[in-house]
Parts: sequence; structure tokens; C-alpha cells
Amino acid sequence: MIYAVLSGFVLALLAPALYRLSARWSGVVFSVFPAILALYFLSHMEAVVGGEAVRVAWPWMPAMGLELSFNLDGLGLLFALAITVVGTLIITYAGSYLHGHPSLPRFYLFILMFMASMLGVVLSDNLIALFIFWELTSVTSYFLIGFEHDKDTARAAALQALLVTGTGGLALMAGVLLMGQIGGSFEISALAADNAALQGHRLYPLVLALVLAGAFTKSAQVPFHFWLPSAMEAPTPVSAYLHSATMVKAGVYLLARLSPVLGGSDIWLYVVTGFGAATMLASAYQALYQTDLKKILAYSTVSVLGTLTMLIGLGDKLAIKAAMVFLMAHVLYKAALFLVAGSIDHETGTRDIRNLGGLRKTMPIICAGAAVGALSMAGLPPFFGFVGKEALYEAVTHGNLPVTVIAVLTSMLLFAVAWLAGIRPFSGAETHTPKHAHDPPWTMWLGPVFLGCLSVLFGFMPVLPEKLLSAAASSVLAKEVHMHLALWHGFNALLVLSLVTFALGVLVYWQLETIKRVTAFALPAVHRGPSHWYALWLRFLNWSAVGQTRVLQNGYLRLYLATIMTVTAVLAWYTFLTYGDVTVVAMDWGDIGVHEWVVGLVALVGAIATVRAQTFLRAVMALGVVGYSVALIFVLYGAPDLAMTQFLIETLSLILFVFVFYYMPPFKRFSRRVVIVRHAVIGTAVGAFFTLLVLVATSVQWHPTISTYFSENSYLMGQGRNIVNVILVDFRGFDTLGEITVLAVAGIGVYSLIRLRLGKGRGS
Amino acid sequence: MEALLAIVIGVLYASGVYMLMRRSIVKLIIGLALLAHGASLLVFTAAGLTRAVPPVIPYGEKAVTGVADPLPQALILTAIVISFGVQAFAMVLAYRAYQTVGTDDLDDMKATDT
Repeated sequence: MIYAVLSGFVLALLAPALYRLSARWSGVVFSVFPAILALYFLSHMEAVVGGEAVRVAWPWMPAMGLELSFNLDGLGLLFALAITVVGTLIITYAGSYLHGHPSLPRFYLFILMFMASMLGVVLSDNLIALFIFWELTSVTSYFLIGFEHDKDTARAAALQALLVTGTGGLALMAGVLLMGQIGGSFEISALAADNAALQGHRLYPLVLALVLAGAFTKSAQVPFHFWLPSAMEAPTPVSAYLHSATMVKAGVYLLARLSPVLGGSDIWLYVVTGFGAATMLASAYQALYQTDLKKILAYSTVSVLGTLTMLIGLGDKLAIKAAMVFLMAHVLYKAALFLVAGSIDHETGTRDIRNLGGLRKTMPIICAGAAVGALSMAGLPPFFGFVGKEALYEAVTHGNLPVTVIAVLTSMLLFAVAWLAGIRPFSGAETHTPKHAHDPPWTMWLGPVFLGCLSVLFGFMPVLPEKLLSAAASSVLAKEVHMHLALWHGFNALLVLSLVTFALGVLVYWQLETIKRVTAFALPAVHRGPSHWYALWLRFLNWSAVGQTRVLQNGYLRLYLATIMTVTAVLAWYTFLTYGDVTVVAMDWGDIGVHEWVVGLVALVGAIATVRAQTFLRAVMALGVVGYSVALIFVLYGAPDLAMTQFLIETLSLILFVFVFYYMPPFKRFSRRVVIVRHAVIGTAVGAFFTLLVLVATSVQWHPTISTYFSENSYLMGQGRNIVNVILVDFRGFDTLGEITVLAVAGIGVYSLIRLRLGKGRGS
Repeated sequence: MEALLAIVIGVLYASGVYMLMRRSIVKLIIGLALLAHGASLLVFTAAGLTRAVPPVIPYGEKAVTGVADPLPQALILTAIVISFGVQAFAMVLAYRAYQTVGTDDLDDMKATDT
């Protein structure tokens, strides 16, 4: 299974190269891959519906107890099939839709990578892996939404989607880490087996809030729903794939997957159900006001996501069953309708419903696909959407009254919306469109027709997907359930409710303009509000970033240094005073000979004179005094090699200093007194710490010295009597090689700087 | 001697850090040199001072004990040479910057266009 997930990434990387082999039929060629994956997943169907989850695990970071584990159970299989089957149709479609687009190879790269990430999300059993794939879907979706990157709006929409889902992703990461900490495992199956520990923990509300923030942003729940309609800037195949069938369902998937872990509590019931219910109604209402085909579909998608969230929030057997049926029905009709919208846009040049009409004559095949999709969306029999809606009603009527009312209202609105999106462009009189409309090539009608056929087939024979949906519901409920779906339940309360819905829906569509006018007062609250907050938040972020940059990145080297040195000194002193052992420090003045006093004091005086020197030459001379004193100290304490090097280098430095800076201007007094004092204080703090460090370091010996090794082996192994030299050229030979390289680079730098004459010809 | 050297090292670090924060680029490089001296002495002193003989194995012997510690010496030798390389490069860079910009004041070098 790991190959099924990861091969997508490999193919994605190869896609631009493969594209060149068959540019004409690239869509069909690339769609073979998801088709194979779909067959692969189908081959596991029997085992999975039999109640066996296929689980594979590879050690990933054994030291941290992490493994890369994939788990194919009913829920995973349902999503994996949706991803691969719709993926096959989408890629076939995109090959024609984007035919001739200069960035088409890149499109395949992103969409295949997205598909692989999405499979990773729905199959991972490990929360960390799930999170990584989750973020990968956000990143790839950023590239896909911003595919037309020369358009401002596309870039803005891509960024908005990334920021909203990315912020949610951060929250999710925190939630995942907390879950792992509290539950003691990152495996979802292990966490689900022992969910009492997690739900009884005092941090449970926080964990839940963080995970829900991740899921709600991803699945565009109110108040984060605004990014999804904006994301319609993406090419239509992307919208159909990411924003209806797969990515936005990742949040719903996460809720479903984690409901055995986190669900069942009161807070889960109220929060998840509440947000879901608010989303389904608010978005269905907003959809009425749209005139862009894709935006209509986008809002109705948000509404369905809300419905699914609401059902998962209710969390009982009927609700979860309904969620699974509704989800499948939605994948079938919404992807089809998106593809229809894309075809209309592609063939007529517009997707504004006010300019469209009568397309049934010019685009008969597309019309058939659209009609089936729309009727299924409207929840009419004999399509699968009807089965979904019946299941929804069955669940909510067992729930409570407010939810029932919201569900009926939403279905009523979606009935009208379905008509707007799927029927209206094809009915009525023909309109004048920018392009002359005709049916698109087979690659572009295959998707709607295939999905439409499934909607009809499953509608007439709901027994076909019954087992898969039962298995999916079983994984969510963590116990075995069986459902029996049927188109005809007999004449009962649910059917009455459906009939009422249809009647109301027809009424809404008929009186659409009146209703829009009467209820327009509520629009700003649900529509403008959240995206306005988003804009404000973005402005605040930019403003604070600019402010911080001005303060922190001020361009003054000495301020950077002062900051670094102050922080270093404070941290070092703090650590020392808190954890250090000051008692070991002993100042022993008795062992210092007269000549040593002289050398030491000369070095001190030299250092102070360097700082206080008024002219450049004096500073360099004083610096020389320091250097030679250091060399003398080396002589006194058994380091003739060092002393020799130091004398040599010091002399060379002095010559270089004088040589280079002879022409520099005399020192000026740049700084004010207060600045000088401040810097002196910082310097003293750093210096005093080093004094203390030396005193501590010389009084304690924590570890045995490794120097004896060198003393013992220098001659035996290195064949040299000067131990220091043997260390340099033999034991630590590579260090010396590095040192020589640094010197060589510095030398080349010096040489080229001297030779460089900017703007005055070359090498003059 | 450790006590005296500790103070010398402290003063070298203090003056080095102070000089690094000057506005004159020449002083900055002098600060680098002072810091380099301080660092050499720090390693040298922290490893333990001995007035013993240099770490050289006499002829006829295969190993030696009771000599000065060779390891810090090897490290310092590297450090001295590297800091010389850095200083030389910094000096020439500063000189060329002065030639191009016409000032040794770092605050006047903030703009990239001259």
C-alpha cells in the first residue's frame, strides 16, 4: 500500500518529462495511473467490507516510536475510491480542458502530487504522517488555485486558501502533538482503542478545539468558509477535484476518522453539530445570490460540507450512516456538475447564468450529464441524491427539531440552487454567448456522464454501494453496523418531508427574485463579515511585520552587535548565577613571578591603550603590544610553536594594518557619550563573564583529558617528535586542510579586491 | 598566574566587544584582532597552564609525560592563522569600501547605492 501512496509522488516528479512524450493525449495517458490505483483499491473491497482492515507499517523513526503506517478500512476505502475514480476522470478531462496551456506539464505535476498527498491523508494511521500529507494537500492546492499565476485574483485566492488552511494546519499540528502526548501514541487505531484517557484529560477541550480548527478551516466551515468560493479562481478541473470531491472533504474525513477518538462527548456534539448546521444553512442561502456557475456550486459544496459535519457531530448510528451515503451522493453529482460548468465555460466562453440558456440543443450530452447531476443534487428520485437525502432526514428526525428544520430549509434551498446550476443554463431560449456552443470532445463529457450513470445506477440499486458504505460507517462508529438502503421506503413521514421540501424548493426557485430581495438584509452578516475579518487580520499581520522589521532589521551593525552581545551576556550570567558553582573560583596571586606580572600588565595596558588611542597608528601600535605580550605568555608556558607563529603573524598583521590603513582618515568621534557608556557596559559584562569562565575552567576538571593519547602515540603512530605538529598534520590533518582552504580563499579575496576596479575598466 | 591571565582575557574580550560596536570600520577590525587574542588566551589558559617543557618527545624516547598540553596548542595555532586570514580580508574589504564610499563610518554605508 505504501507504493500506492508514494508512487504518485514519483510519477508527479516525472510528469513534466513524460508529458513531452505524448502531449496530445497526455490527459488520457496520465489518467491511467489513478485508474490502476482505483482497481488496486477495488481489489481490496472484499476484505474490507468483510470487516478486515488492511494495515501495513514501516518503521519510520524507531527512536521516537514513529512508524509510517497505513490502514485501509471502510472509511479509507470510500475516500480512496473517490480520490482515484474522480481523479481518473478529472485528469482525462483536464488534458482537453487545458489543452495547449503552456503550464500544462506543471499542472500534471501538481495534481498528481495532490492526489498522492490526499491518498496519504485518508490512508495514514499515524497522526504525524497524516498531518504531513494534510499540509502537502494545502501546499499543492496553493499551486493549483494559483495555477493561472499571471492573474492577480488567482494569486490572492491561492494565498487566502493557503493562509486559512495553513493556520488551521498549525492548530491541527498542536492538537496532534497534544493527542500523542496525552494518549501515548500517534497511531489513530491505538488512540481509538483507549479514548477514555484522552477524553477524561483536563486538556481535552483544548485538543478538541485545535483539531476542530484544523478540520473546520480545511472543510470551509463557517466562519472560515469564505476561502472556498474565492478558490474558484482555479481551473475548473481543480475546482471539481479539490474543492468538491476531495480536499475540502479532508476536514470531514478527519472528523469522521477521529470521532472514535475524540467524539461522543457533549462538547463534541454541540460544537460540531452547531458549526455544521450553521454552515449548511448559511452557505445554501448565499448560493442563491451567485450568478457565476462555479460560485453557485462552491457555496452549495460548503453547504454539503456543513451537512456532513453536522451529521458527524450528531454521531449516532443513523447520522453516521447518513453522512456516508450523503458523502458518496455528493461526490457523484458535484464533481459532475463542476465538470459540466467547466465544459460550458470552455465551449461558450462564459459561466454567468444570466447569459446562458437553451444549451440543451447545442450541448446535448453535457445537458444529460448536468440534468442527472442537478436532479440528484435536488434530491429527486430515482437518483442517488434522493437516497442520501432520505438518510439525512431519517437521521435528523431522530435527532432534534432545530436540526430537522435546518436540514429541511437547506434541502429546500439546495433544490433551487440545483435548478439554477444544472437545469437553467440548458432550458429556455438560446442566448448569445461569446463562443458558439457545441458538445466538447469525449474526454470532457466522459466525467459527467460516467458519474451521472453511477448516480442513476446507485439510485435504482442502492444495494450496490451498501456494503462499502456500511464498512465506512463501521470504521467511524468503531463497531460493526449494517445498513439497508432502498429507493422506496413506503409512504411514511420521511417521504412527506421530502415532498414538502420539493414543493418549497419549487416555490423558492419560482419566486427567487422576491426571496432574494426580501432576505437580502442577512447577506452582509454571513457574506461580508468573515472575509472582512480576514482582510483586517491580514492587514494587521503586515503592519506588525513591517513594524518589527523596522525595529529589528534597522541596518545598524552596532545595534545588531549590541543586541547579540547583550543577550549573550544576560543569558550567560543568568545561567552561571543560577546553575554555576561560584565556590570553586579562587584567585591565587601568590604563584606569579615578577616577569609574569610585567608581561600580564603590559598586555592589559596595551588592550586599554588600543581602545583609548586617538590616532590610527597608536591603536595599531598598542594592538602590537598586546599581540607580542600574548606571544610572550606562550613562551613562558611551554608553547614555543605558538609563540613563533604569534610573533610572525603579529608582525605581518601590523605591516598589513599600516600598509592598508595608512591613507584612512584619522579617527573621528562619532558616538555620543551615552552610547559609549552603554557599549562599555555591554563590553564589561561580556569581559567579566569570560574572566569568571577562565577561573572556573581552571579550577575544575570534569572529564579526563584526551591529550595523553596524543603524547603517547605521537611518535609511535605519527612518527614525529613535536607533538603539536603531529596533531596538526596527522591526527587532525583534515582540520589543517580546511584551514589552508580558508586561508587560500581569504587570499583570493584579498587579491581580487585589490585588483577590482569598479567602473574603471577591467583589472587596471 | 591564572588569576592575572583571567583578568587579561576579560579585558581583551571587553575591549574587543567594545571596539566591534564602534562606527568606524577600522576600529571594528581592531576589535576583531583583540577578540582573537582573547580567544587564544582563553583556550590556552582554560586548558591548564604549566611552566613545564614544550610538548616535544626527546630523541631516544617513544613517548613523553609531564610536558605542556599539546592539544590546546594545536587548536590555538589553527585559530591564530585563521584569524589572521579573516583580518587580512576584512582590512582589504574595509579599505576598498572606503575607497568606493569615501567614508569609514558604517552608518554611511547603509545604502547599497553609492
